[in-house]
Amino acid sequence: MKKKGDKGLPPISTASLPDVIFMILFFFMVSTTMRDQELLVRYTLPQATEVAKLEKKSLVSYIHIGPPSMSMQSKFGTTPKIQLNDSYRTTQDILEFVASERDKLSEQDKAAMTVCLKADVNTLMGVVTDVKQELRRATAYKISYAAQKAMGY
Amino acid sequence: MPTNKKKVQEINAGSMADIAFLLLIFFLVATTMNVDTGIQRVLPPIPEKNQKAEVDIRERNLLLVHVNKFNQVAVANEIVDIRLVKDRAKEFMLNLADDPNLPEKEETVIEGLPGGKYMVSKGVISLQNDRGTSYDTYIRVQNELTRAVNEIRDQVSQEKFHKPFSELDEAQRKAIQAAVPQKISEAEPKNVGGK
Repeated sequence: MKKKGDKGLPPISTASLPDVIFMILFFFMVSTTMRDQELLVRYTLPQATEVAKLEKKSLVSYIHIGPPSMSMQSKFGTTPKIQLNDSYRTTQDILEFVASERDKLSEQDKAAMTVCLKADVNTLMGVVTDVKQELRRATAYKISYAAQKAMGY
Repeated sequence: MPTNKKKVQEINAGSMADIAFLLLIFFLVATTMNVDTGIQRVLPPIPEKNQKAEVDIRERNLLLVHVNKFNQVAVANEIVDIRLVKDRAKEFMLNLADDPNLPEKEETVIEGLPGGKYMVSKGVISLQNDRGTSYDTYIRVQNELTRAVNEIRDQVSQEKFHKPFSELDEAQRKAIQAAVPQKISEAEPKNVGGK
């Protein structure tokens, strides 16, 4: 008893700590994707049960629709706005946006381009319909209404 | 030579953990993990100017679903509860009793389907909404319609392959998709239910 108290516990070896951290690092590198844009609108996605996963993030372009975020509210009010890339835009800019997004993709991926509409639950369909019409004009026919997976009713 | 050998020192690996931590924290901050999920749809192309805007579809083959600005749902011009939309859509797509008011079916040869042929329904569901409809209600209706199609697909899949649709392989899935097409059209915008 006495001897043990004198010696204390042997220090834990930290030699394998870098390996452990590297393992966690690699896990995060593989399982996550880069955050590519800052959100300027707030949204709560609607809930749905029949959602499908969006495969291949590189083929997906996002259109965010919702009221401006808290820090922007004093400037832009609370009417729903459309965000493309990193700024507020109007429906007229969608044509150009789709064209530039399509240019980024390789020739064989262009047909598989998907536009993901992330709209707030309280948005009225008027805005969404305008966006949809503009997407049809831009020949971006594949769309996905972003929704959260709900567990049935 | 031996003096040279002695000079080469081991690199101190004590700071390795710190470097790894730094990288780890960078990735934690700069990346996101959430997987995007959503209801997938294909928009119709804009009709050419000299083309007729609406394709003729026989009345019995068309199921109109309206959502007005008060978020009420009408199936075939009759206001129903949103929870009944799925059953109405299923009834319409299946047409089990061969009712002359419900869509016609056409015997189609489908590759990879046991039995070879299947009576494919010609029914089209047309979803129309008002500009004042809330997005939430719209998505709920879209969800119910998708659910109807998915349930029919599951049913057919159980019948033909004795497995749920989600456990089928690529070819079988294609066959079921051909047998039960997802014909949900998003009509030209109209003002349903006044301004």
